[in-house]
Formats: sequence, structure tokens, C-alpha cells
Amino acid sequence: MTGTAWDDWPRVLLPLPVVLPLFAAGLTLALARRPRAQRTISVTALSVVVVACVAMLVLTDRGNGTYAISVGGWPSRLGIPLVADRLSTLMLVVSSVVTLAVLLYSLAQGVADGEEGTPISIYHPTYLVLSAGVSNAFLSGDLFNLYVGFEILLAASYILLTLGGTGARVRAGTTYVVVSLLSSLVFLTAIALVYAATGTVNLAELSVRLREVDPDVQLVLHLLLLVGFGIKAAVFPLSAWLPDSYPTAPAPVTAVFAGLLTKVGVYAIIRTETLLFPGGQASSLLMWVALATMLVGILGAVAQNDVKRLLSFTLVSHIGYMVFGVALGTAAGLSGAVFYVAHHITVQTTLFLVTGLVERYAGSTSLDALGSLAKRTPLLAVLFFVPAVNLAGIPPFSGFLGKVGLLQAGVDVGTWPALVLVAGGVLTSLLTLYAVTKVWNRAFWQEPQEQVDRDHVAGLATATRIGTRTPLGMVVPTTALVVVGVAITVVAGPLFGVSDRAAHDLLDGTPYTATVLRGGAADGATEVGS
Amino acid sequence: MSPNLTLVVIAGVLVACGVTLLLERTLTRVIVGIVLLSNGINVLFLVASGRPGQAPFVTGGTTAEQMSDPLPQAMVLTAIVITLGMVAFVLALAYRSWQIDGHDEVQDDVEDRRIVRRAERDETSASYDDDTRETSDEEGEGVSR
Repeated sequence: MTGTAWDDWPRVLLPLPVVLPLFAAGLTLALARRPRAQRTISVTALSVVVVACVAMLVLTDRGNGTYAISVGGWPSRLGIPLVADRLSTLMLVVSSVVTLAVLLYSLAQGVADGEEGTPISIYHPTYLVLSAGVSNAFLSGDLFNLYVGFEILLAASYILLTLGGTGARVRAGTTYVVVSLLSSLVFLTAIALVYAATGTVNLAELSVRLREVDPDVQLVLHLLLLVGFGIKAAVFPLSAWLPDSYPTAPAPVTAVFAGLLTKVGVYAIIRTETLLFPGGQASSLLMWVALATMLVGILGAVAQNDVKRLLSFTLVSHIGYMVFGVALGTAAGLSGAVFYVAHHITVQTTLFLVTGLVERYAGSTSLDALGSLAKRTPLLAVLFFVPAVNLAGIPPFSGFLGKVGLLQAGVDVGTWPALVLVAGGVLTSLLTLYAVTKVWNRAFWQEPQEQVDRDHVAGLATATRIGTRTPLGMVVPTTALVVVGVAITVVAGPLFGVSDRAAHDLLDGTPYTATVLRGGAADGATEVGS
Repeated sequence: MSPNLTLVVIAGVLVACGVTLLLERTLTRVIVGIVLLSNGINVLFLVASGRPGQAPFVTGGTTAEQMSDPLPQAMVLTAIVITLGMVAFVLALAYRSWQIDGHDEVQDDVEDRRIVRRAERDETSASYDDDTRETSDEEGEGVSR
């Protein structure tokens, strides 16, 4: 590592986002009876991860774009490569910032302190493991390690979702766990078949070897992988599990799930489409899937009466935008999709956090029970309003820029399915505006309605302390995320620059492949092994 | 190389049984389904790893070509460990469900039940704006609340 120390810095940082949270998870588990020590450890660990990820993004973007190490110093074909390129580091930065903010929020809410009835404080270790799993999935350079990353984050998410084990959460958790297990098994089958066809699971090597495989076999592998990732990303025909399971969890848990878990699926789809199966065998299929996801999702949202469920449906709907960008397969489309993922992670998480604040303040998230919140708590109203119009894509905000980028890319492609998709995108955007306006009108603006569907409120709301003061510790992280969401608009130029370069790297593919294959074989054994 | 037919058949039968059980309403059967399904996929990995080889260390003179491929076996091992953990978790979930409800059937979603109730009472959704009410008041009575 002599002489080129500057160039090698990202390689040193690479394992940090995975190793540090795992290590901290072990520590917090050992210190289960000391809540204050737990808090200090997890906040410190995640803060360091944020710093490391930002450093990695800057260095990767300034440097040659891709860095790889082979874990344990094995030759690259045998070992597990960790790869950081512009796409994965950008995802890491956004996800780590969001993870940290949600952790701070949940500390103030007291989910972490075992108020939900857990015997030992299991929240911190699980949350850290979730963060490690997400990072592992983003950094993984081979299919099987990607599977392991998915399993780490899913296992943690099962526990977070059923925290406390109340009836509603067990019911919601069951659906979620069984569906997720099924998707993992589909993914595992795909890995077995990929190995049988090519003899490797290394993504870089696969990108070369898969081209020699019979096209029909390629198609089968491609579709199997897409089905597996599609369930995780909640793409339309495979998305029915999401609105049933997310809303019952505690607010911060739903927020982090909404922000991150589906995006890991989207990330995997982007990788598969660009690295493993370039040339868009499935692009027309993906286009129709994207259109259906956008429209069906948003129509579901419009029909909802509960803010959490409504937001879950908008989450499904907006996954469609990202798939749209991937399906176009052009640099502009991919760039738009990458930008949109970054924007959507922040905004969707913020909205769920604000809904958590509303639930705590008013005791319910049902639109029938809420009313005139804007008069009673103007701060909450502002906190909801900004990310809401951001999600709907009102001009000055990043949601608008992301959507315009995607629509522009669609118009540039100019084939009729692409134009239909553009129209669908505009329609979805308008319906999103309608959905959030409905929430705004009924929860924040109008007087509460007299008649309240009691069963509905009892079935969905899980709030305990009605009318208590909202703790500052919950408001500050939420405000910070709202500000981050607005800041994305301010730095949209540089961010689009990064996502453009990321898209070009993805379409080119050779820097990724070359770096990974060289990374382990030439010098990995001597410098990374120790 | 042609794959071992016995292994392929075993994998197929295990997966078929697993899928059938996964479609059951009882969580216990779902668990058995998951176990069968994942075992079927593990057998698939064995098919993927190619022909069986000789022991690498014991017989001394085994060359690399004579050994079986170790990589899929490492993957299967990881997959088995992961599935074990997940099955343990779902078992706990089934037990908790039995503790709370007295059975471990997967229940319908809150929303689904609400829709069914509304349908039984012949009611429209609350977000449905009935703007015909003023013009045809008498007819509207029967449908809306």
C-alpha cells in the first residue's frame, strides 16, 4: 500500500459499514442491562459509519470510480469481494444518514428502552444488525454474499416488526416473514442455477461468463432473479404483502423499512439489469411492470383512510418510478432512477416519522379521527407539508427534479411504450398530489368529523399516550431529515452529476469488472490479508 | 456432465411438497413447508456442484481434479444455517400466535376483514364521495349510512 496510499483509502474504509455495526451489535447485546451504554455505542457506531460512507463517496467519485477488496485475501474468484462504486457508495451515504436519524428519533420515543414489553433491550443490537445487512447488500460483489446481506437485514427486520409480540404485530409479521422467506428461497434457487450454468457467483465474472450461456437459459436465470428481487422491492404483482405488514410496526421501524428495505431490492434489480444482463432482454416486461406498479399503487393510496396505509401504498407506487428508469436502459434513465432512489429514501422515511409524531400527538392515524391539526400544532403541519409536496413532485423540490429527469429520459427514448410510461408517470404524480392533499385537508385543515369508525381506529392505531407533549428528541431528527430532503434540491446539480457518472459506469460495466477481477488476484493477498 | 437424476427427482418432490404445505393456513404446516422447500433447494445446489469427488485429505494422493467442487457445499452450509435460524423464528412466531389467539392460523388482514364487513352490510367506503345524495335522497338512504 506504499506510494498510492491516497488511492487506496476507500479500500481501507470498505468493510467498515458492515463490520462496525456488527461489532457494535455484539457489544450492545452484552450490555443489554445498561441502556445508556447501549445508546452511546449505537449512536457512535452509526455516526462513524456515516462519516466513513461520505468519505467513501467523495473518494470514489474523485478517484477512478470503483474500489474492491477480497475479504480474507482470497483470490478474487474464490473469496468474497466487497465492491464500492459510485452507485453503491451513494446508496450507502443516503441509507446511513437515514438510519442514524431514525435511531435518534426512536431513542427519544422510547421504543429502545423495552417499553414494548420485551424482557431485555433487544432493539439496539437488532437495529445495528439491520444497518450492517443493508450495507453488506450494497457493497457485496457476489450473488451469494448479496443473499447473505439480504438475510441479515431480513432477519433483523422480522424481529423489529414483531417487537413486543402484540396480536396485530404477530399477524402482520406472519405475512411479512412467510413472503420474505419465499422470496429468499426463490433467490437461492436462482443462485444454484446460476452456479450450475456458469460455475461462479462472482458478479464481475458472471458478467463475462453469462454471455456465453444459451439465451434461453439466460432468460430463465434472469426472470428468477427478477422475481426474487421484485418481491423484496414490492414491484406490482408481488407487492401485496407490503401495505399489510408495514403499518403495524412502531413508527421508526416502519420509517426505516419504508426508506431502506425496498430500495435494497431496487438496487439489486439495477445491478442485475446493468451488470449481469445488459442489453435489456426484460426491458419491455419491466416497463409494463413499472407502469402497473405506479398506477395500482397510487390508486390503492387514494382509497385509503389511514395515513400509514396510505403512505405504504405511495411507497409501492413510487418504486414504479425507479423501475421505469431501469427499464429504459439508457444513461439518462438510470441516472434518473439513481437520483430518485436517493430522494425517495429520505422523503418516504421523513413522512413516516412525521406520521409517528402525529400518531403520538393525536392518538390515531385514521383520517376519520384526525382534524384541524394545523391549528393545534403548526410545527407538525409544516413538517408534514414539506416532504408531502416533495413526494408529489411540486416544482422547487427534489421529487420534481427526479421525476422530470425520468420523464425526460422517457421522452428521449421515444418508443410508444416509453411514452405511455411517461403519461403514466405524470398521472401517478398528480394522483400522489391528490392523495397527500387528502391527508392534508382531512388531518390538518378540516374540523374532525363527528362520526368515527371505532373498529377501524382500534384495529390500526397503536398509540398509547394521547395528547402528551412531543419530545424534542423526536422533532429534531425529523426536522433534520426534512432539511436533508430540501437540501437534496439545493445540491441537485452535483448529485445529478454523481448519478450521471454512476449511470455511465453501470452501462459501461468494464471498470467494475476489471477492478474486481484485478483487485484480488494481483495484490489482494499481500495487502488486505493482514 | 449429465446431472444425477435421483437428486433432481428428490429436489423436485421436496419443492413440490414444500409449496403445497406453504399454501396452508396453519403456521405449523407453513414451517414444515419452508423446511421441505429449502431442503429441496439445498439438493439443487448438490446437483449444481457437479459430480461427487474423492476425499481431499484422507487418501493422500487426490489431485484437484478428483475432488468435488467445495464452493457450492460452503454455500449450502450457509443456507442451512440461515434456514435453521429463520425456522426457529417462525416457530416462535407460531407459538406466540397460539398463545394470543389459541390457534396458529394466519389471519386475514384488518383491511380485508373491514371490507368484508362493509360488503356484508352493503356499505360504501368512507372515502367514497356520494354526490348523488342530494338529488335522489330517498334512493341514497338505503345505500349510504
